[in-house]
Amino acid sequence: MKEWRFWLAEQRGTATAFAIFALMFLVYNVNHPAGFSANVIQTMANKGVLLAFLAMAQALVIITSGIDLSVGMVFMLTNCLASAIVVGSPVQVAVGVVATLAAGAACGAINGLIVIFGRLQPIVATIATGAVYYGLALAIRPTPGGGVDETIADALTGRMLGVVPTSVVALATVVLVVWVPFRQSVTGRAAYAAGSSEAAAYMSGVPIHRAKFVAYTLAGLLAAIGGLFLTFFTYTGEAAYASGSAYTLFSIASVVLGGVSLFGGRGSAIGAIFGALAFRTIGDLLFVFDLDPLWQPLFQGVVLLMAVSLGALGLLRVRNRLDWFG
Amino acid sequence: MSDPGTAGMFSFARRFDPAVATAFVCLVVLLLVGSLYSSNFLSLEYLLQQLKVASFLGVAASGMMLTILLGGIDLSLPWTLTTGAMMSCAMASFGLAGAIFAVPFGVLCGVAIGVANGFSVAYLRIPAMIVTLATNAVAQGLMVLYSGGYSPRDFASPAMRYLATGFAIPGLPNAVICWAVIGAATVFLLKRTTFGRAIYGIGNRERVAYLSGVNTRRVVLSVFAVSGGTAAFTGVLLAGYASKAAQSMGDAYLLPAIAAVVLGGTSILGGRGSYLGTVAGVMLITLLQSILSVMQIPEFGRQIVYGVVIVCMLLLYGRGPRTRA
Repeated sequence: MKEWRFWLAEQRGTATAFAIFALMFLVYNVNHPAGFSANVIQTMANKGVLLAFLAMAQALVIITSGIDLSVGMVFMLTNCLASAIVVGSPVQVAVGVVATLAAGAACGAINGLIVIFGRLQPIVATIATGAVYYGLALAIRPTPGGGVDETIADALTGRMLGVVPTSVVALATVVLVVWVPFRQSVTGRAAYAAGSSEAAAYMSGVPIHRAKFVAYTLAGLLAAIGGLFLTFFTYTGEAAYASGSAYTLFSIASVVLGGVSLFGGRGSAIGAIFGALAFRTIGDLLFVFDLDPLWQPLFQGVVLLMAVSLGALGLLRVRNRLDWFG
Repeated sequence: MSDPGTAGMFSFARRFDPAVATAFVCLVVLLLVGSLYSSNFLSLEYLLQQLKVASFLGVAASGMMLTILLGGIDLSLPWTLTTGAMMSCAMASFGLAGAIFAVPFGVLCGVAIGVANGFSVAYLRIPAMIVTLATNAVAQGLMVLYSGGYSPRDFASPAMRYLATGFAIPGLPNAVICWAVIGAATVFLLKRTTFGRAIYGIGNRERVAYLSGVNTRRVVLSVFAVSGGTAAFTGVLLAGYASKAAQSMGDAYLLPAIAAVVLGGTSILGGRGSYLGTVAGVMLITLLQSILSVMQIPEFGRQIVYGVVIVCMLLLYGRGPRTRA
């Protein structure tokens, strides 16, 4: 196989996710009563970007063949934290933003340390830490409330040059600052190697511990960016358990739609972002077709089920029945 | 196990899983901590009350344990549970025939969801975690559509209320008897049938189980169907307990069910674990929640302690092997 074929095979999941998103985006905008306008795009972007940050976070961990079931709770915790400390003078706001991001990264780092050195299965370890993070969120905001500096909030949720939603620019910036350097680095490669085969990576002297630690920490950081944006959109903080667990589940769904393998070692955060945007657009499709909103959860579920069933098409290529068992 | 003489000691040691033992020790420690706070913790009434509360989680954890033993997981539990509750209450509103068929119908709806899960996992080879997530979303969609997003107005049938709150044997709540029956059936299934051994086999290595002549796909399908059934039955019991179904009544059961199974020493990767451990895990979770609420710790503190305790217990005995070649 030529080199470019490997590259193409690697990008297939991302490309599929992009295609699904582009199609849904087109259907949505063609049928939207207000037509294709900057306002419609801005609203869509602001909703989609939240899930996109969480999907990126989830993708980073899943690439190492782990899973982070606390990602929605870190999102809630940082939302509550931001609603308490991102206020006041510009300096205070800046400190508040940095502190919120640091708190998220710390949550991720704790997950990483427990998984790496505690040698617990990520699925149960992050369920437990998720409960702790939710408890902390409740401690900060027993009832919904708080506030956020409106200048920075409006600046980051508005439009640039009257057309481009700032939140999308922020998402792109985060991709360039967090994901691209990670993917290019030795640590990033080690994360993929650890996800493909931890034993082989270990024997080859790949720094799997560092890779996993960085992946979990960055996941916490990305969830915190999501939480910060949630605060910018809503101007309040709320510790909602249902919302937190829904975001966790949606982040996994987005990652699956985005072509990241749940077994690890395959896929990219870019794919996860398009998966998240596609998932959000699909959920909103019903509104433009003017159907009863009660149908939305069912519609979203059926689309999700169909998307995951697409994976079964690979069975048609199986020549040896033992390949069923992967 | 039937070897005479010297094998007795060995088989005892072999059958006594250290993880299960630790779980039971933790249980005793928890009770002692509770009794330091209030002597009521060791009273028979309190313990029976806890056993009754635990039986709902116990029924849900039974099916969850089977799917985890297979190396899968059933994340569709919350809305399968709610489907069972809502559908049985809906059936109960159809007069006498409805009242008779309410419980079987509720469980059957859960089995249907379970079959969909099992078919996708076994025959379409989609990872259990993803597909159960998707069926959970579909079940939620169906129930939101059915109920209009509000709690349905139908009430539980007398049979459901009797199962959840009655006393067939004086002093022993029926819910506990339900759990005991389901638990006994699960133990029989796991220990005394080829089907049960096949579950452990598939959990260890499905390929080998297949090559040994096990119809692995049928086993997987059946296990998910059973899991759907127990989840829905939990819903039926809860609806009987509260006398009606509610939106998102199942959300509070998913994570405790998984935590109970894992705290009971069952490997989350499948193939290893005993029902006795799951019983210990269920009681641990229930007692922990009860003690935290009796101590009147605010909700946030309860969540934090709950999470920290689970991590600490797992660090005691749930650690995986070191990475080696």
